[in-house]
Amino acid sequence: MDVSRRSILLGSGLLLTGCDGASRDPRVLKLLSSAEGLTMGAQRLVGRNALATEFDAGEISPRFKANGNIDPTTPRYLAQRRTGFADWRVVVDGLVDRPLSLSLSDLTRMPQRTQITRHDCVEGWSAIGQWTGPVLGPILQAAGVKSTARYAVFHCADSFGTSPYYESVDMVDAFHPQTILAHRLNGEPLPVGNGAPVRLRVERQLGYKHAKYVERIELRDTLAGVGRGKGGYWPDRGYEWYAGI
Amino acid sequence: MASIPVDSMEPDVEWQQRHSAVTRLTHWVRVVALACLMMSGLQIFNAYPRLHWGNIGSDHDSAWLEIGAMNGRGMVRAGNLEIDTTGLLGLSRQDGATEMKAFPGWATLPATRDLASARRWHFFWAWVFVINGLIYLAVEFASGRFRLRMFPSRDELAPAHLMNEIVSHAGLKFPKGEGARTYNVLQKIAYLAVLLGLLPLMVLTGLTMSPSFSATLPLAELFGGRQSARSLHFITMWLLVGFVLLHVGLVMLAGAWNLLRSMVTGRFAIRKGVY
Repeated sequence: MDVSRRSILLGSGLLLTGCDGASRDPRVLKLLSSAEGLTMGAQRLVGRNALATEFDAGEISPRFKANGNIDPTTPRYLAQRRTGFADWRVVVDGLVDRPLSLSLSDLTRMPQRTQITRHDCVEGWSAIGQWTGPVLGPILQAAGVKSTARYAVFHCADSFGTSPYYESVDMVDAFHPQTILAHRLNGEPLPVGNGAPVRLRVERQLGYKHAKYVERIELRDTLAGVGRGKGGYWPDRGYEWYAGI
Repeated sequence: MASIPVDSMEPDVEWQQRHSAVTRLTHWVRVVALACLMMSGLQIFNAYPRLHWGNIGSDHDSAWLEIGAMNGRGMVRAGNLEIDTTGLLGLSRQDGATEMKAFPGWATLPATRDLASARRWHFFWAWVFVINGLIYLAVEFASGRFRLRMFPSRDELAPAHLMNEIVSHAGLKFPKGEGARTYNVLQKIAYLAVLLGLLPLMVLTGLTMSPSFSATLPLAELFGGRQSARSLHFITMWLLVGFVLLHVGLVMLAGAWNLLRSMVTGRFAIRKGVY
């Protein structure tokens, strides 16, 4: 009995230290990352067009946590902030027939969608907020997205060090009816901490996909050539591009 | 469970082909998967070491359980109860340095703070675990073995029989002979609770935390919200840890070599006698 007990302990010890050594091996991480495609395939299979749960006004979080960059300090952003974002533009370009340059009043004059949804952070916390803004799909239709476009890349005014924040979604999420360019949170203009003056809401993915301080939406056929090529600031640093789980 | 002729070298022993190949293979895959899931899960927990009930919960909301560091001490707080856990939880030493993290490096995967890699580990092994579990259940149910071996009979569930089993377990008396051929009723109940209860609950509470799956399936309503699901995922993990400790402990006491061999090669020695 003693022999087997010792071998179990030894075996599990080797297994666990082996796992930790392996956890730093890029080849192992590449294998582990194959699960992302499986997860995305499964979620698209069971709920390609599913709508995220919408909540009642009574369920809104008393305080909506701001996370990531909550106070951008680039000179351009600070100048915009001083004038109340009067000259802010959201440019839609790349693989489109008619590039757009939309002011905040353009965005607020479009048909608006208001949705009370749960924001799920990759760290594990959640908050419920009410978001208002135009649906992204009709904006992309107005720009005339070319058939070769596969991704909408969101370029943001905030940065970590010298790396500007960016994110991207595919056409399924870009044209999802709950994907909006939110400019209001809980009925008030979007606070700076939550992405003023305009942020993306892509409700069926984790918080880091919801790009804040959006300045430009670029339609592309590949994610290569932007940042480190993984489709987002955090995906470039090991996180899943498809953040549905 | 065909009997193999009595071994001439060991006249008191009869060999039983105890576990099917699928049972054995999926058992060990499950062991590896659960170890990786638990350790990467603790690393994921470390990214936000607070638990809530309901749908919402962030730094601005009260938590029913919190692991953290304050004034140079590691602490676990549950409601009004605060326990100093310096060295283990909240504050621990790693590679000669004091680290503020809920679970210590030796318990997490990866050992150093790394949410991105931990998620890669967790979801990879979650797929392995689910596919492995479905193969096990499909094959064992289809063959009728699961029903035959795991479901207690009416007689076994009689209070007098249950009491009897509890008493002999408490006295660490394990059956020999015919009584050792089948699982006893406490084993059946424990295995059923884990295989059809706790393990599926782990998968469902895990899926409830996914913003995409929770758009498709009304799981958050079932568990009382996303943060409730996260709490239940955490609690169920500890129930599974408890089961594993009990399971391994009883294997040691009831004949580690014989039981381990039966889960590797399938062959299980039945010794004559009653206890």
